[in-house]
Amino acid sequence: MITRLFSFKGGVKPESHKNESSGTPILTAPLPKRLVIPLRQSIRSTARCLVEPGQKVLKGEHIGEGEGGLGTSVHASTSGTVVEIASYPMAHASGLETLSVVIEPDGEDRWIDHTSLDLRTVSREEALAWLRGCGIVGMGGAGFPTHVKLGGGRGIDTLVINGAECEPWITCDDRLMRERAPDVLSGAMILRELIGAKRVLVGIEDNKPEAIAAMQTAASGLGDDVAVVPVPTLYPAGGEKQLIRVLTGVEIPQGKLGTDFGVQCFNVGTANAVHRAIRFGEPLVSRVVTLTGNVARPGNYEVLLGTQVSELLALAGPKADTDRYIMGGPMMGTELQSLSVPVTKGTNCIIAASPALFPPPPPELPCIRCGACARACPADLQPFELYWFSRAKNFGKAQEYHLFDCIECGCCAFVCPSRIPLVDYYRFAKGEIWARERERQASDQARERFEFRNYRQEREKEEKAAKLAAKAAETRAKLAESGEAPAPPAEAEDPKKALVAAALARAKQQQAAVMPKNTDGLSADVQAEIADIEARREKLNPQDADKAP
Amino acid sequence: MINSPYIRKPASVQGVMLAVLTALIPAIIVYASQIAAVVLVNLAIATIAALAGEALVLKLRGRPLAPALSDLSAVVTAWLLALCFPPILPWWATVLGVLIAIIAVKHLYGGLGQNPFNPAMVAYCAMIVAFPALMSQWPAAGQLDFATQLGLVLGGARELDAITSATALDTIKTGLRTAGATVQSIMSQGGNFGLVSGRGWEWLAPAYALGGLYLLARGIITWHMPAAFLGTLAAISAAFWLTDPAHYASPLFHLASGGAMLGAFFIVTDPVSGATTPRGKLIFAACIALVAYIIRSFGAFPEGVAFAVLLLNICVPLIDMNTQPRVFGHRGDKAR
Repeated sequence: MITRLFSFKGGVKPESHKNESSGTPILTAPLPKRLVIPLRQSIRSTARCLVEPGQKVLKGEHIGEGEGGLGTSVHASTSGTVVEIASYPMAHASGLETLSVVIEPDGEDRWIDHTSLDLRTVSREEALAWLRGCGIVGMGGAGFPTHVKLGGGRGIDTLVINGAECEPWITCDDRLMRERAPDVLSGAMILRELIGAKRVLVGIEDNKPEAIAAMQTAASGLGDDVAVVPVPTLYPAGGEKQLIRVLTGVEIPQGKLGTDFGVQCFNVGTANAVHRAIRFGEPLVSRVVTLTGNVARPGNYEVLLGTQVSELLALAGPKADTDRYIMGGPMMGTELQSLSVPVTKGTNCIIAASPALFPPPPPELPCIRCGACARACPADLQPFELYWFSRAKNFGKAQEYHLFDCIECGCCAFVCPSRIPLVDYYRFAKGEIWARERERQASDQARERFEFRNYRQEREKEEKAAKLAAKAAETRAKLAESGEAPAPPAEAEDPKKALVAAALARAKQQQAAVMPKNTDGLSADVQAEIADIEARREKLNPQDADKAP
Repeated sequence: MINSPYIRKPASVQGVMLAVLTALIPAIIVYASQIAAVVLVNLAIATIAALAGEALVLKLRGRPLAPALSDLSAVVTAWLLALCFPPILPWWATVLGVLIAIIAVKHLYGGLGQNPFNPAMVAYCAMIVAFPALMSQWPAAGQLDFATQLGLVLGGARELDAITSATALDTIKTGLRTAGATVQSIMSQGGNFGLVSGRGWEWLAPAYALGGLYLLARGIITWHMPAAFLGTLAAISAAFWLTDPAHYASPLFHLASGGAMLGAFFIVTDPVSGATTPRGKLIFAACIALVAYIIRSFGAFPEGVAFAVLLLNICVPLIDMNTQPRVFGHRGDKAR
């Protein structure tokens, strides 16, 4: 299959720094002294804890049950004892804490019984549930549950496997493809079967010739509609939307899913995890992590999820002048607030940074509207306009200029000659807009609740009144039947009317009581002060007082 | 804490400005060797005035001096002005022009990046309106020796008729007012004309173009503005010239005269005061060429690039707002 390549506008070419860590095979990291396994492993969802402190667990044992539409299962990464269930910081720019299961390994690393899943004997839904149960989420970073992504899959034409790995320094996908190409492709074939894609395109940036060769060899027996395609090295070619654009020409707008356009994209790490989950029944308990930067022994390690970064770093030996650590790549990664954070399913790289390797940015200068950012933007935005609007807190205008199409890839800030931290401004603006949106929603909800409560109360009163009236009529009818003198018609209407009027009056009274006045609930002091002010005002404006009735 | 990205391209405002200054060097060499060596003195005067003026305002505004002075943007403005002004302009007039640009047009609007108008062009227009006589005294190329030039710049007595002549654009413009005169007859008279435009002066055009190509190659400017400006100027002048060659100069004459080449690569392309979107750049530069041609051919001034630039600077927000490029994935959206 010959694939025509497309291109996206913009992009940058930072120094790749791949050679530092790509030369040596993946090593298995030794068992850590303890594992901190966050129950929040997939995007926007925290799993419900299934274990208690003191409980013995086996490797791969189910310790957290995914909740909600985006939930996935969480498993013990090794055998040992649960010693604590508590909040621990996770890898997030703000150092957020999340409920985590702390396990002390017993050193045996003993697997729980697990078997493969024969896809021919199960329905598609069962297979997706199996992946959910194995805790499979996107391993490119965002942690989007794979079964959810697969769930939408009808009418999918192309499955894209993302091996671009465009961020500098990171080589975990490179090594994975070089060493486990058949596994990755086996996973890709499973994914393809689950979404019914006609063809599979594996996109790999052309700065990884060994990975391309290994994958092409492994793909040679898989037929014509599976192609390993070298793509030009241009950051962010590994961005999902950019890679889909390069390989298929399809542009997926912000907020839309690939499914709507007949394309679906998975990371090579995810494909490998899917292979392990289906062929061996292994839940996702480890991943390949690149340790690089200012370290003595850069390389890639197979790391148990929950291993704390501090323990991991010892393997690579950070040099003395290391001043901070970056999780992820230098373009989109986050600086670690604490080295106690654990490796999670989306952790692809840890970079030791030194002032020599990552010099602090020179002072910021004013924007000269040179447009370098616009030429670098892969989303075809006008970053400097977004910067002006964000800076001026003109958020409406920022949204009008498609702020939310920004993927925060960092290209604009990378090229800015005025060294403006542009992405920070967009993060700020997005955060403010979200906060306002939440506030608005909250007040809308409160108002709706209040209005509904009033409506409900009134309705209940009316229903009660109607019931009473009906009962009264019934009684009267019974009385009439039993030969008593019929009551005059005017009187018959009266009790019902009176009841309704009373109910309405009560409701009104209640409503008045609930609606706050701005002079309500003041302290005696303040009320005295207000009275004083009123008195003074009257003195100053006698004509007003005269006019007053 | 510093957020991502943690790496940056080694680009700086200073680097951008330095590239622009470098790109002006071929033209400066041609100017100094073919036309008037005193331009080097003018460049020095303008540079000193610009830096001193900028330092003064920064001090008054309570801003740090070093970052703003070292960004070289004031020097670019100074050089452009020195190259726009007549070479024998008295030194104080050069200083005044530069101070107008730096203080009034740049810093009163907030400094680097904030000015809605091109500082050099506002100063040029202000000077041409305030000192019409001084601003129209141009020596013929190589006519005066360096001592005379320097004497005039330093404030020597000005025997105007003996030392100056009209520029090529001016000669054509005034010449055509005589009954029966044609462009050809004017150009064949007197020795002020070279191959296509003013003798000596016409060689500035390729030198500016060379510098412009350097800026294009370095990615400092994009092709849109020079292409739209020169293309439009050539197209309109060709239309008139083909209709009535006796009364309208050739496209080549227009491209090689006055501020056309300087404007195309160095003035119109000023990022701060110009349009920013790709389509906006094309519209902006094409309209400047259109207005400049109208002023040249039908207006009161022999050269119109400066006025045209200012008129279009006013339109930049309108142009930008209505030419926003299509955002990734918004193929079907209505273009704004």
